[in-house]
Amino acid sequence: MLKFFLRRFIIAVCVAVTVSIIGFCLLRMSGDLAAVLAGENASPEDISRIAASYGLDRPYYIQYLDWVTSALRGDLGRSLFTNEPVSGLIMDRIGVTAGLAVASLLLALLIAVPLGVLAAVKANTWVDRSALVFSVAGQATPSFWLALLLILVFAVQLRWVPVSGSGTAAHFILPVITLAVSIMPSTMRITRAGMMEVLSSDYVRTARAKGLAPFKVLFKHALRNAILPVVSLAAVQLGLLLGGSVIVESIFALNGVGYLAFQSIVRVDFPVVQSILMFLACSYIILTLLSDLINAKLDPRVQLT
Amino acid sequence: MEHRKYDPADAPVLTVEGMNVDIAVPAGALHAVTDVSFSVRQRETLCLVGESGCGKTITSLALMRLLPRTAKLTARKINFEGHDLGRISERQMARLRGNRIGMIFQDPMTSLNPVYTIGDQLEEVYLRHRGGSRSAARKRAEYLLEKVGIINPGQRLGQFPHQLSGGLRQRMMIAMMLMCEPKIIIADEPTTALDVTVQVQILQLLRSLQDEFNMGMILITHNLGVVARMADQVAVMYAGRVVEQGSAEDVFRNPVHPYTRGLLDCMPKRGQVAANGRLGSIPGIVPSLVGQQRGCSFRNRCVLQRQACSEGQIDLRPASSGHLYRCILEPAATVLPTTLPVGSAA
Repeated sequence: MLKFFLRRFIIAVCVAVTVSIIGFCLLRMSGDLAAVLAGENASPEDISRIAASYGLDRPYYIQYLDWVTSALRGDLGRSLFTNEPVSGLIMDRIGVTAGLAVASLLLALLIAVPLGVLAAVKANTWVDRSALVFSVAGQATPSFWLALLLILVFAVQLRWVPVSGSGTAAHFILPVITLAVSIMPSTMRITRAGMMEVLSSDYVRTARAKGLAPFKVLFKHALRNAILPVVSLAAVQLGLLLGGSVIVESIFALNGVGYLAFQSIVRVDFPVVQSILMFLACSYIILTLLSDLINAKLDPRVQLT
Repeated sequence: MEHRKYDPADAPVLTVEGMNVDIAVPAGALHAVTDVSFSVRQRETLCLVGESGCGKTITSLALMRLLPRTAKLTARKINFEGHDLGRISERQMARLRGNRIGMIFQDPMTSLNPVYTIGDQLEEVYLRHRGGSRSAARKRAEYLLEKVGIINPGQRLGQFPHQLSGGLRQRMMIAMMLMCEPKIIIADEPTTALDVTVQVQILQLLRSLQDEFNMGMILITHNLGVVARMADQVAVMYAGRVVEQGSAEDVFRNPVHPYTRGLLDCMPKRGQVAANGRLGSIPGIVPSLVGQQRGCSFRNRCVLQRQACSEGQIDLRPASSGHLYRCILEPAATVLPTTLPVGSAA
């Protein structure tokens, strides 16, 4: 177990370093940052002055090492735009994004897993076909369109929930639904596929030959085996949600990490962009580790090595 | 150990009369099992013998009511302890499965759930049918693991299936199905997936447990060696029908149906050799079972085939007392031309 964690920690560090280097290089390659910061009508002298003041005239590896050493000390730099500390900017928004992501994932799992089980049990019946139609429709619906539609119906017409903002829990209802719909189809299909395979397995037949009640056969013997790929998928989806809900956060004016990333990219606020990138990389690393641990807990054959 | 023979005077524990299983396929109905009848007493072993696809596994699954959804079971009567297994509700059937009727499957490597401990899977049966505390169930599980020849039951119960060998897993499976002392145990090729040395041990174990717990056993196999070792009664199946059935002694000593004769010729035998110096074989393949079946289903592979074989319905008829066969020829006329005594071949 200790060996497992040590190994995973070393891998995690390697991944983090790689991501940071690639991210750093990509940002620097996106153009002359000093020129962009100086504006369109700046003279070459202005540009070199700005480059010097931000340290952009130094060699890349010095800039990188400088950034890494201060990041390790907890100093992620300041926003070029607002001059606030980057760590503060991100911390202020993590709550919104994480809440949104976790709530969406939970809602999606709560609906998609039982629906997938049902579709597998009732394979090739109208129940299964309806579930398929539902998932294809869900997959084909763009989030921005669904978000606008939901706003139009439930916020503007029916006035059940507020249009946008992040003041109360009610503000989160529509965005959570929008995101949940986007990740439900794949979860549902994977659950169904897993259950289909497991339901035709010998050990499920054994469970039935033991005279166990149908719900026990289904939820004790079958689902625990079928859920393993769902766990891995859920981890990836949560990672996506933590970083990728830019559109939904923008439409609902939720002040989250995704929206901050979008704003910062537009403003060439590279310290913020670089930090958000690292935040996402670390989230993925932790989530993958978590899903491996859960799978090992669920299936004794999974070796933690 | 001397096998306590069953008592022919006992009433059968299980009686099957006129059982059919039809499977819906795109081309129509596949008659997987047609008009199968037999009975099993306590301590009696009935072997269902036949090649792959002859309907022996479907027969066993039908008795457990574990057929695939597309399969339909009909029977004049399947009497087990006063229940008609063909007619009782699924809920009633679930109360008998694993409790009064146990089933052991072919592949012990895949028949146990990989994510639960052996102990959990054994106790579960007991808790479901007998109720009571988990510690009582655990005691029962330990007792049965000793019965199936496992040395340190306490430790084994905490292990997962993947930590055990195939032979051990089949012992676990047997113990699991004996948790509630069923009256009938159905074993579908229980040794086919195991090493030869382990096979013999498992068969001996089944036999001794059968005597100890007074169980009737339905043993499904394609291995005639297993039949010779285990069977009291034999039913030879071909293309979904029983073509010959009777006591093991009758069927082995005086086989009547050309298919049974052919099967026995496929076995190496002391003092006999086929005319060409090879082991016997039956040419041809099993016919399709889709749609209306007429005449004898074995006729296309039968060296004694004649016109009348493809006509009407051929019923089982007695060759001698308690020994039935399904052929239009008289018992004396079914001798195959290929088998000759040693020395008489040129």
